Amino acid sequence: MRILKAALSTFIAVALIYALNRSWGAVPAVGPLLSPFTGFWQNAEKPDQLQAKEIDLDGTREPVEVVFDSLHIPHVFARNDYDAYFAQGYLTARDRLWQMEFQTHAAAGRLSEIVGDRAIELDRYNRRLGMGFAAEKSVAFMMDDPRTRETVDAYTAGINAYIAQLKPADYPLEYKLLGYAPEPWQPIKCAYFLKYMSGVLALGADDVAMTNILAKFGPDVTRDLFPDYPHKEDPIIPVGTKWDFLPVYYLKSPKNPKPGKGDFAMNWPRHDPAIGSNNWAVGAEKSATGYPILANDPHLSLSLPSIWYLIQLHTPTMNVMGASMPGSPGVIGGFNENIAWGETNVGSDVLDFYKIKFKDNSRQEYWYDNKWKPVTRRIETVKVKGKPDVIDTVLYTHHGPVMYTQGQKSFARNFPVGYAVRWVAHDAANELLCFYLLNRAKNHDDYREAMLSYGSPAQNFVFADVHKDIAISPNGRFPLKKKEQGKFLLDGTNPADDWLAYIPAVHNPHVKNPTRGFVSSANQSSTDPTYPYYLNWQFAPPERGMRINQRLTAMGKATVDSMAKLQYDNYNLRAANLLPKLLVQVRSGTLSAPQQQALKTVQQWRFNNDIAEVGATIFVEWEKRFMDALWADDMPDADTLPMKMPSADRTMRMIDENPAARWVDDSRTPARETLADIVTRSFQITVDTLTKRHGPQGNAWQWATTKATRIAHLARLDALSAMNVQVGGGTSVVNATTTRTGPSWRLVVALGPTPKGYAALPGGQSGNPGSHYYLNMLEPWRRGQLTPLQFMTSPTAAGTSVHWQLK
Amino acid sequence: MVPILLIALLSLLAQLVLPWWSVALVAFAFCFGRPVSGGRSFLYSFLGVGLVWLGYALLQHSQSGGILTSRMSEVIKLPPTPIYLLVITPLLAGLVAGFAGLSGYWVRQTVLPTVAVKS
Repeated sequence: MRILKAALSTFIAVALIYALNRSWGAVPAVGPLLSPFTGFWQNAEKPDQLQAKEIDLDGTREPVEVVFDSLHIPHVFARNDYDAYFAQGYLTARDRLWQMEFQTHAAAGRLSEIVGDRAIELDRYNRRLGMGFAAEKSVAFMMDDPRTRETVDAYTAGINAYIAQLKPADYPLEYKLLGYAPEPWQPIKCAYFLKYMSGVLALGADDVAMTNILAKFGPDVTRDLFPDYPHKEDPIIPVGTKWDFLPVYYLKSPKNPKPGKGDFAMNWPRHDPAIGSNNWAVGAEKSATGYPILANDPHLSLSLPSIWYLIQLHTPTMNVMGASMPGSPGVIGGFNENIAWGETNVGSDVLDFYKIKFKDNSRQEYWYDNKWKPVTRRIETVKVKGKPDVIDTVLYTHHGPVMYTQGQKSFARNFPVGYAVRWVAHDAANELLCFYLLNRAKNHDDYREAMLSYGSPAQNFVFADVHKDIAISPNGRFPLKKKEQGKFLLDGTNPADDWLAYIPAVHNPHVKNPTRGFVSSANQSSTDPTYPYYLNWQFAPPERGMRINQRLTAMGKATVDSMAKLQYDNYNLRAANLLPKLLVQVRSGTLSAPQQQALKTVQQWRFNNDIAEVGATIFVEWEKRFMDALWADDMPDADTLPMKMPSADRTMRMIDENPAARWVDDSRTPARETLADIVTRSFQITVDTLTKRHGPQGNAWQWATTKATRIAHLARLDALSAMNVQVGGGTSVVNATTTRTGPSWRLVVALGPTPKGYAALPGGQSGNPGSHYYLNMLEPWRRGQLTPLQFMTSPTAAGTSVHWQLK
Repeated sequence: MVPILLIALLSLLAQLVLPWWSVALVAFAFCFGRPVSGGRSFLYSFLGVGLVWLGYALLQHSQSGGILTSRMSEVIKLPPTPIYLLVITPLLAGLVAGFAGLSGYWVRQTVLPTVAVKS
């Protein structure tokens, strides 16, 4: 009896401990997670968690002073550059360790190690895309330059100094939830991070859809509906700018391969018009301060922990402040005593697909330049949590990796099968050197020099300095292409179709001090068609850029406030152009009472995508339904044969010039529809859809409510995300806040003898959901308010601040 | 009362250096060394360890202004209020310790009996 009781109670105790000490699928080990000694309770921070202290570290060369201001922004004062980057690594790890490791794991195709077999296909995808291949080449290149080598080494040492002193109880919350531990940082992770950003910004491609359209409708229709330059555009480099170089040309157009059946290609990420950014600089004569003012707000998929980490780095060679990205040393956008700079994405075509002709099914050789060329193989080993490793062999041609070959199961549904990927990020470049030089730049010449070393993702670098120069340059590596090369899928057997060179970096578009008194970019066409090189046939829709340029043209005495107001501008220029064209077509007699009410609302709407506007909700849905009704019958984005719709710009031109075009008729119905039919029907569907989704027209139809902007935690945990953020904006609006994307930070810098910086961040400095600095900056961001940045000249700070010394 | 406080103190010290399940070792050892009865072994262990977890959790909850407790409650699909985790946390540790204490008592009675065998 006693033995039985002893055995039973022991069994229960041991079984309980066993069950609570291990994870069950996605459920973490509950025991250690709930323990107040090691678990999540330890991650809950006091509001005044930061205390002044001295930290003894192995690795700094001389003592480093760090001052945290009231926003928890660190100001690093180091006596040499190595120590500054060491401190940046240490501090970034302290606030963002999980984020920086998770993102680089994702880029490296290592998520399966953390979350198990549900990430295998994603990991295989990233590896097949050649992320490892690219990062290895890049890190070797970076470590070859003594300046960036010291930077990366110091940053790495700083991160590792932080990791080394962590006990499991100190691990960031996400490690506890997912049940793993941080590993040491390595220089290649900095390269992985940059490739990750290239993946975010320079991977969109419509080559497959365009090839299908070309095959179905022929070259004339394709050229007509998908022109290489918009009907209405206001390019980044002002029209009429003279090119100060003698170009080199290609003359012949490439022949495009005919796609075979079942050969592609549905889920390749398309160009996302919502991911883009704004930046501009107004010259001294347009500014109330007598010095240039610069503004920048990069739009990305909004996520938590915040994408950017604000920091100031002060050493004998630099004093720079701005936003860094966890995983990359230095400051990516910001200002120093002399200059300010910022970036927006360039939508150049830097990714092409080459059809590979293999000799036989062994795939040892492929046909190129009239001979057989050997295929090389790269073995990728995906470690999977709780499962055996997955070994994957990737075929490499001189173009790049063949992502999927016939019969292979691909990520999501089908990717271009049997095509090699040629991607700019596969080529080594030293992006870090560009930022290293910008952080120390004193004038326009220094800025131009910094531009030369930048590769990918290509950015529109806006510039302003204390000498009253302003400039902008769509900059990065652009393949030297024939016209329309890569608009469609390419033939991998013909050397004439290869990327043979890059456009010389000094020939990249640029303009300094244009007569209009300002420079700006919003991802639209880099130049007008007089630029002698081909960058891409399509860029982001022109409305954001046009609106910014209209406002800046009208501005006389620009101030920081007027810049902030423009960043938060919710005027929907697309609606102002398109809506009147639609409204005149509506047959109001055929509408039901709720449809009449919605029509009245949208007629009275003044084109502002503000928080409480119902008109914005109706228009945005209507535009989508109208485009669908107009084009989806002819060019459906179907699974078996994906295509793409013409742009809004081309559509509006058709409404104006050829409203009876053959495309207007819905080819799926026997009747012959007119534009009025299509417009009216799509409006009816819009109202019915909104009613079904949100109930009868009322407060539930307000724009911010239906848009429901969400800033999602990287691990997709709603509880750690900011849900239903009440904010206006939208696609093609300067305040480009959509459901999932938006300004990932905002910067305004008033240059002058003492530069003044202002910023907003949709989140906070800390990556810890248990910190009071996790979301503390969200509310001012939501309201469009900027917070002054303290640009310090010495570590003796006034006001609320916490002082650290790293020794 | 004294045994509860002793278990609390010993388990607290153990957890400063050992993993969370060291509470079971403490409860087992204590009830093995100072056997009273099965029921009391369970109760003392449950309360001693549960109080430590409740007290420490409450302390961290209140010092942080409860910033993480509701969020974590949502993460594990409970309603977003702190009360659930403040109850579940000590309950869990208490149960583990309780059964370990019970086990300590009965193992003692098996190998080194302290009460007469009624049979």
